[in-house]
Amino acid sequence: MMDFLTTHSPALIVAIPLLGAFLTPLIGKINDKVRNIVVILFVAFTTFLIALLINEVATNGIVTYVFGGGVANIGTLEAPYAIRILFEIDGMNAFMALIAGILPLAAVIYSWGFMKEETGQDKYYTLILLMTAGMLGMILTGDLFNFFVFLEITSIASCALIAFRTDNKYSVQAGFKYIVISAIGALFVLFAIAIFYGQYDALNMAIIANNITYGFLDKVALVILIAALAMKAGLAPMHMWIPDAYGRSPASVTIVLVGATLAGLYGGLRVIFTIYGQQLSTVLHKIEEIEIHLSQILGAFILALAVLSIFIGVFMALKRSDFKKMIAYAAVAEIGYMFLAIGAYLITISSEDPQMLAAGIQSLKGGIFHILNDSLDVGLLLLVAGSVYFATKQTSLNKLGGLARNMKYTTIFFVIGLLAVSGMPPMNGFASKLMIYQSTFQINPIISIIAILCSIMLLAAFVKVFQSIFLGPVIPSLKNVKEVPKSMLIGMGIIACIIIFIGLFPNIVIENLVTPATNALQDTTGYISAITGGV
Amino acid sequence: MNVFFVPYLAVAALIIIGLYAVILKRNLIKIVIGITLIESGVNLFLITLGFRENSTAPIYTSSPGGIMSLPVPQALTLTSIVIGVAVLALMLTLVIHIYRHYGTLDVRKIKEVEE
Amino acid sequence: MSGMSKIVKTMSAVVFPFIMIFGLYVIAHGHLTPGGGFQGGAVVASACVMILVAYGSVWTMKKIKEKHLSIFESLGAIGFISLAFFGLVFGSAFFYNFMANTQGFLGIFGDTVIPASTAADINTAGLLPLMNFALGLKVIAGLFAIVLVMAYATNKSKGGDKK
Repeated sequence: MMDFLTTHSPALIVAIPLLGAFLTPLIGKINDKVRNIVVILFVAFTTFLIALLINEVATNGIVTYVFGGGVANIGTLEAPYAIRILFEIDGMNAFMALIAGILPLAAVIYSWGFMKEETGQDKYYTLILLMTAGMLGMILTGDLFNFFVFLEITSIASCALIAFRTDNKYSVQAGFKYIVISAIGALFVLFAIAIFYGQYDALNMAIIANNITYGFLDKVALVILIAALAMKAGLAPMHMWIPDAYGRSPASVTIVLVGATLAGLYGGLRVIFTIYGQQLSTVLHKIEEIEIHLSQILGAFILALAVLSIFIGVFMALKRSDFKKMIAYAAVAEIGYMFLAIGAYLITISSEDPQMLAAGIQSLKGGIFHILNDSLDVGLLLLVAGSVYFATKQTSLNKLGGLARNMKYTTIFFVIGLLAVSGMPPMNGFASKLMIYQSTFQINPIISIIAILCSIMLLAAFVKVFQSIFLGPVIPSLKNVKEVPKSMLIGMGIIACIIIFIGLFPNIVIENLVTPATNALQDTTGYISAITGGV
Repeated sequence: MNVFFVPYLAVAALIIIGLYAVILKRNLIKIVIGITLIESGVNLFLITLGFRENSTAPIYTSSPGGIMSLPVPQALTLTSIVIGVAVLALMLTLVIHIYRHYGTLDVRKIKEVEE
Repeated sequence: MSGMSKIVKTMSAVVFPFIMIFGLYVIAHGHLTPGGGFQGGAVVASACVMILVAYGSVWTMKKIKEKHLSIFESLGAIGFISLAFFGLVFGSAFFYNFMANTQGFLGIFGDTVIPASTAADINTAGLLPLMNFALGLKVIAGLFAIVLVMAYATNKSKGGDKK
């Protein structure tokens, strides 16, 4: 039974949330509590399957799964050709799938209590399960057009969830802005996929990586793909949709939206490192014996945009007086940290100095570790903001105060999230940010100093928020707030426990999850030969 | 050789007109029409890639023989059209809700920043 | 909205069955000629929308409620994904076409295709026609529900739905 589940787990991980999404309207017409329990069971089973898959990849190498049976490569070893849709899972996919499995679990448990008085709960649970299936499909797939289809599924489901409270005019406006930007970005991704198909007659990522050259059309496709996927991930100057979408949606929706944003970031990483992997050391210019490679220009460009994101995120977070929008700008700054690490790695990828090479690899490890930490930290803060909204129906900082007397557990969770986001020990943010600071200091000291200063400013902003919301005298209109229901506390508690565990034992996580992911991202030939060398 | 460039010119024209409508027009419905134009342009690009000279339709039943044009881009285009219908339905529903709240479809009057 | 004149109502009621038969033909022959689940479903849904426009939304809303359409849509979707799961149970992989080329698993849809034949055999291609039926049912219910809800929402009555 376990063997059956493990062999077919790539397909089941995407199919079980889909089946749940189609069953939920029927069950919801019968009974409400049964529907909630069925949804939680489906998501928990999916998380269990993801754990099985991670175990399989750690012991047996890259896992491939061909839909519809048969062999992956129907050509020869020198001219491989794959026609069926396949899922290919290496260390990086498994790592991202873990994030995309934990976040919906916490969201579904949290929304038992959070959504109790809203109407249309059938549609809410259906859309959350569809969004989970779309995110997991985006992460596990090995085929470019399949990636586009799951990207569109995720963006349609998340737009409907952002505009869920249709009686609030700002939510509807935020949803409309989100779908316009997201649809245009996805259409340009389809344009780039069509360019790839026209040139190489293949849609499979490994086959394209095998045959890729660096002509004019490839440059166009690279620019379009990086621009569209960075827009989905929220890199400045294309970050405009994040404050509106994160700030106006219900809290349990926003935490799943964080997962969808990071899945878009994963798509960008896959394009740069695997599809263009063998072309990254192409020499573009030669200035008197110093060669400038493609990776260095790309790395410098991403570094500049990342520093811009960190600045915009931190300074706008200091200025705002709306609780959820402040957390949204902090999320933009954290995405900037991830891109900072990736840009630093790209600059050093083709240098001959072994110390720079080691610093580059360490910065890539820090960046990937930071993806896991940031999703958990920002998720916990968003759930706390949702609890405050549920208890007091307010989100503006000017009207809140003195909540620590009545809501003890929520205060504790907020303190954990605050320490984790600004990188204080003993939380998990400290470990990953320390790796990023150390490695970027060796590459270019100015970048590291900017990163440390902005992290301190983020801590200052959140301490100000803590003092104004939770400490201080009680405002008369808020005298009777009660603690939030138990299901919301359990949802927040799951994420807080994982944060503390990673903070106390970071080496376990780095050895078992982050290092395989980093190795898999650098190893383009292993990815290709899993397909061409026969299944 | 020269007449086969016309579909590519049509693709470029459709995408440029669609982008112009999304960026510069003020009515919400015209922005939605602009997105539909961009989607039509990308679909046309996908189908044109699969064309070969002197080819017939890729169907087995009563086929007159000879080479057939590629069927894979036709399947990709079909999927893209279905996704376009879903996005269009979602956008129009949101436009109905915005009209009910604000009473107008002018983009400049809807942009209030609330803090 | 209110309906149109008597001539329009009568003619659309006469033409409606023919369009529906044509749509079902396009769905059923999806594995032989251009067509399939989505295309045939869109044809039948536009026939239903023609009835909605001709008779007015107030009359149509009394006959069909949105929750019945939601049940049909869920049934179509569950049918599609159950057929994919059957491939897992009876065969080797997800979406495996276990009924093709077998000369009859339960005796339906099992013949093999002879390439470059001049006649079309509908009894072929295994799992595909069944999936086309499930998909067609879902598309008909889904597209008709979208237009019905939009007509209901522009009626300016209280309690328009979200989707």
